[in-house]
Amino acid sequence: MFKNLLDWIEYRIPMMRVANMHALQYPAPKNMNFWYVFGFLATIVLVNQILTGIWLTMNYVPSADGAFASVEYIMRDVDYGWLLRYMHSTGASAFFVVVYLHMFRGMMYGSYQKPRELLWLFGMFIYLALMAEAFMGYLLPWGQMSYWGAQVIISLFGAIPVIGDDLTLWIRGDYVISGATLNRFFALHVIALPLVIVILVFLHIVALHEVGSNNPQGIDVKHPKGSLKEEEKTKFKIHEYYTSKKDIIDDVVPFFPHIVLKDLVAFSLFCMGCSYVIFFNPEVGGLFLEGPNFEPANPLKTPEHIAPVWYFTPFYAILRAVPDKLLGVLTMFGAIVMLALLPWLDRCKVRSVKYRSGLHKINLAVFAVVFVLLGWLGLKPATPTFTLMSQISTVLYFGFFGFLWLYSKNEQTKPLPARITK
Amino acid sequence: MSNAPVDNGRRRFLTVATSVVGGVGAVGAAVPFIASWNPSAKAKAAGAPVEVNISKLEPGQMLRVEWRGKPVWVVQRTPEMLEELTTHDDKLRDANSEVEQQPEYAQNKYRSIKPEVFLAVGICTHLGCSPQYLPDSFSAQVEGVPSGFFCPCHGSKFDMAGRVFQSVPAPTNLVIPPHKYLDENTILVGDDSGAA
Repeated sequence: MFKNLLDWIEYRIPMMRVANMHALQYPAPKNMNFWYVFGFLATIVLVNQILTGIWLTMNYVPSADGAFASVEYIMRDVDYGWLLRYMHSTGASAFFVVVYLHMFRGMMYGSYQKPRELLWLFGMFIYLALMAEAFMGYLLPWGQMSYWGAQVIISLFGAIPVIGDDLTLWIRGDYVISGATLNRFFALHVIALPLVIVILVFLHIVALHEVGSNNPQGIDVKHPKGSLKEEEKTKFKIHEYYTSKKDIIDDVVPFFPHIVLKDLVAFSLFCMGCSYVIFFNPEVGGLFLEGPNFEPANPLKTPEHIAPVWYFTPFYAILRAVPDKLLGVLTMFGAIVMLALLPWLDRCKVRSVKYRSGLHKINLAVFAVVFVLLGWLGLKPATPTFTLMSQISTVLYFGFFGFLWLYSKNEQTKPLPARITK
Repeated sequence: MSNAPVDNGRRRFLTVATSVVGGVGAVGAAVPFIASWNPSAKAKAAGAPVEVNISKLEPGQMLRVEWRGKPVWVVQRTPEMLEELTTHDDKLRDANSEVEQQPEYAQNKYRSIKPEVFLAVGICTHLGCSPQYLPDSFSAQVEGVPSGFFCPCHGSKFDMAGRVFQSVPAPTNLVIPPHKYLDENTILVGDDSGAA
């Protein structure tokens, strides 16, 4: 009876075929370590943001007069409104935590290298869309930091020669940030950008499953058709979409249940961390929710010290490090463009940091430290000492890409094993 | 199915013609979507001029008024402040106000109509924060200049005529909006028609 129903459906829409191809019979390298859980976690957070976001819009009033009060109303008068809002605000920061770790994983194991360039680019587009989404969402509570943060970021476009001023006027829809700006950001935040993100995530996963998952050793588990002996091939049932094109070595497991179960362990730990923040420390000392944002927006008074939310601070520090408006903006966007160009800047054929030169290990470690340092500097006021530190860090940030391009062509790498070793 | 031979040239012409017409249509359809982001008639109307009464403004004091949603400062400069404007031209980016950030009648040493009354849009020309007025503690920012404006966001510095100092992110002097005196103590911000 149940079987008949499934057959009836399958005849009309390929449900089981998709489930098999992308989960039950998808070949995942068996050595995927804990760095590989962040993609899964990012998907979970996306679902959380969409769900809690929909519920928040049910009580939020998108207008300059009503926004701030409606957020207070959600916090105080709506049953569990505080929980929905804190899940959403914590989710935003958690999203960037997992995305940054996910990106660093890709950098460590060379997951951006051929043939995964497009996969990496889709990831970068998701990252950009996510930054736009977070930025627009931050305006919606209409607090002091919302207002002045948006003022600063929109003014970045004013640095563009000739069209800059008209462009910022067009983005704001008014001579200053106003209700017009708030309403269009609301529309983009709740409809346009989530749609874009969901579509990009879909493309990211399609591209991933086409080329296959990388792994901590960065060696291929798919070999040319006919190159493997029968006993070397995996004994698991792998979907014929993959096996018809390539021979798959006995170092893979099906994504479901093997990898998913491991991801669920990470998910439960992740939930514990998020619960701590949501229930005990939703502001995280001003990092996740900033103090000035508990005051309504006042267009006549800038808060004493403006800093963006922590996930933008590395780029904010780079912006401030350059004492020229246009160059500062270009340098900041350039910092993101460099990341997107990684597949072409890294000319080494060996993927994983495990088998690459000591120079690369040091370079990558310095990059990680510099990125965190920039993030810290972006939170600090612009004193001469901190500005100098930001300038040095900015040079080191770009230095990572420059050095990489130089040494990766003829890099001294270690020999790769033929099979995944434990 | 007809057996007429395929005319590739005609086919290509039709493909190109259809694409071009479709493309023009798409561009045309985009116009209302893009144009609707411009300031609405209501927002434009709200940009009306504002009257400021400065009769109660003490020397050294600042008055903030809202014009087009922006803070506009009116400062009654003290003689010391006016004196100090002549001392640091070498530290400024645009000491003679050559960049058009002010109406012609404010393109002078004090960047104002009357030397003692300074009126400017209180928005940093870097990224739009509103700088702080430091009437007597500015020398911590620039040595030897006792008063000025300091932007807390990215550390831009301006003197008492809103002129930007060197080596800060802000590229230009503060904007002086169009304004005129209706009488001795009343300024109209946002309209200078009929004024010299």
